[in-house]
Amino acid sequence: MIRFANVTKHYPTQVRPALDDVTLEIAKGEFAFLVGASGSGKSTFLRLVLREDRPTKGSVHVAGKDLGRLPNWKVPHLRRQIGAVFQDFRLLPNKTVYENVAFALQVIGRPSAHIRAVVPEVIDLVGLAGKEQRFPDELSGGEQQRVAVARAFVNRPMILIADEPTGNLDPATSIGIMRLLDRINRTGTTVVMATHDAAIVDQMRKRVIELEHGQIVRDQTRGVYGVTR
Amino acid sequence: MRVRFVLGEVMTGIRRNLTMTVAVVITVAVSLALFGAGLMVRSQVDLMKDYWYDKVQVSIYLCGNTSEVISCAQGPVTQAQREEIRADLQSLQPLVEEVYYESSAEAFQRFSDQFRDAPILSSISAEDLPESFRVKLSDPTKYDVVASAFIGRPGVDSVNDQRRVLDTLFAILNGFQTGALVIAALMLLATVLLVANTIRVAAFSRRRETGIMRLVGASNFYIQLPFLLEAALAATLGALVAIGLLALLKAILVDGVLTPSFQFTNFVGWDVVAQVSAIVFVTGVALASVAALVTLRRYLRV
Repeated sequence: MIRFANVTKHYPTQVRPALDDVTLEIAKGEFAFLVGASGSGKSTFLRLVLREDRPTKGSVHVAGKDLGRLPNWKVPHLRRQIGAVFQDFRLLPNKTVYENVAFALQVIGRPSAHIRAVVPEVIDLVGLAGKEQRFPDELSGGEQQRVAVARAFVNRPMILIADEPTGNLDPATSIGIMRLLDRINRTGTTVVMATHDAAIVDQMRKRVIELEHGQIVRDQTRGVYGVTR
Repeated sequence: MRVRFVLGEVMTGIRRNLTMTVAVVITVAVSLALFGAGLMVRSQVDLMKDYWYDKVQVSIYLCGNTSEVISCAQGPVTQAQREEIRADLQSLQPLVEEVYYESSAEAFQRFSDQFRDAPILSSISAEDLPESFRVKLSDPTKYDVVASAFIGRPGVDSVNDQRRVLDTLFAILNGFQTGALVIAALMLLATVLLVANTIRVAAFSRRRETGIMRLVGASNFYIQLPFLLEAALAATLGALVAIGLLALLKAILVDGVLTPSFQFTNFVGWDVVAQVSAIVFVTGVALASVAALVTLRRYLRV
């Protein structure tokens, strides 16, 4: 589903590469944690998957497409197959829960009937049934992140990318979000999650890929967070 | 395409950015009105040239009772002098296309027709108006040939090229036109920059929305369309205001003031107003849209 072959990414302002000759494959339906200190290359990895950036060297394949050869105008279609969740939720404050989730479908031109059918389903899935008409600032952090997950998942993407989704949440709330991501993973969606949260990684016992200075230093199938911190 | 959703986004955008949109509408209206006025002056000049160059003549005024130039020292023109001048004019063919003799009585008749209601008429009699030869030239620019042959000749009071008078008038009108077009060009430049800035501010104030749209895979077209429509809508409103101003110009200034006061010439008709309006409309909307597109390419990348 995601394949990196000898990928190096240099940013013009930095001497050291953000990613240094990374080769790795994440299979369809897998759940993988991306761990490592700040600046180890996690975010760069996710940006390359979303094709917000192109690698300096090497090739990136996502959902069967060679991103190096993907023309700009096809990038939106790639992104429709990838859901993304961030630490800061990125909800629209002037839209309700329902509107925030529906927005993701409206802007890719889905018909109203489809939106009316699918959005309540996903809101129910993330456990926010009954809160459709609330605005983001009327919700707790955990609930806001659930809205963000609903928005990322509403178009049934093949891949869900989560960049420190529990970074702003307390441990109990974080567990709820992780259960949700696990459920989404069990529907067949590949989940890649970058995190600093050792407790969660240790608890989930999923694949752990550890990055350090842009290189993979560990790749365990049922790993723990480890000693790096 | 979800039309209602896109239109909703456009309306939200305009409401959030209302003052800037109003500024765009006003500058578009003023610059396009000036641009249109310049175009209308040009059609007016063309119209007058067509109308007048066809009619202009060289007038050779003959000595009358009131003439004071040296060549008229011996009194009014004699029959022999008159015939001689006529013969010389005929010999200047083909440059001289037509020669028409106007007697004092005929001149008075024409004068009375032209100034039917003017009080000056009562103080003028046929003797005060000189008789003249009206000469039509095949090439109106060769006025000098005729002038040099007749000026200062006994019996000739003066030679008058109507083209000279008209050319001065046209030069003034052309000056107006150039001035209007130069100011219009500057205003249009300001309009383009203002549209670009408005779009930039709008893109910045909606960066959360556009960021999410990019993330969930909205196409560039879909992301940019509301901004483009906003600019086009503002330009359309401005262009309509400009067309209204041009119509007022035609109805009040041209039809209301100029036409009754200057009956000797034609003025631009509504067909010209319609034509200029079309040009003005297309120019305004196209300029704003292009400015918007170029700005969007810079500020809303995939």
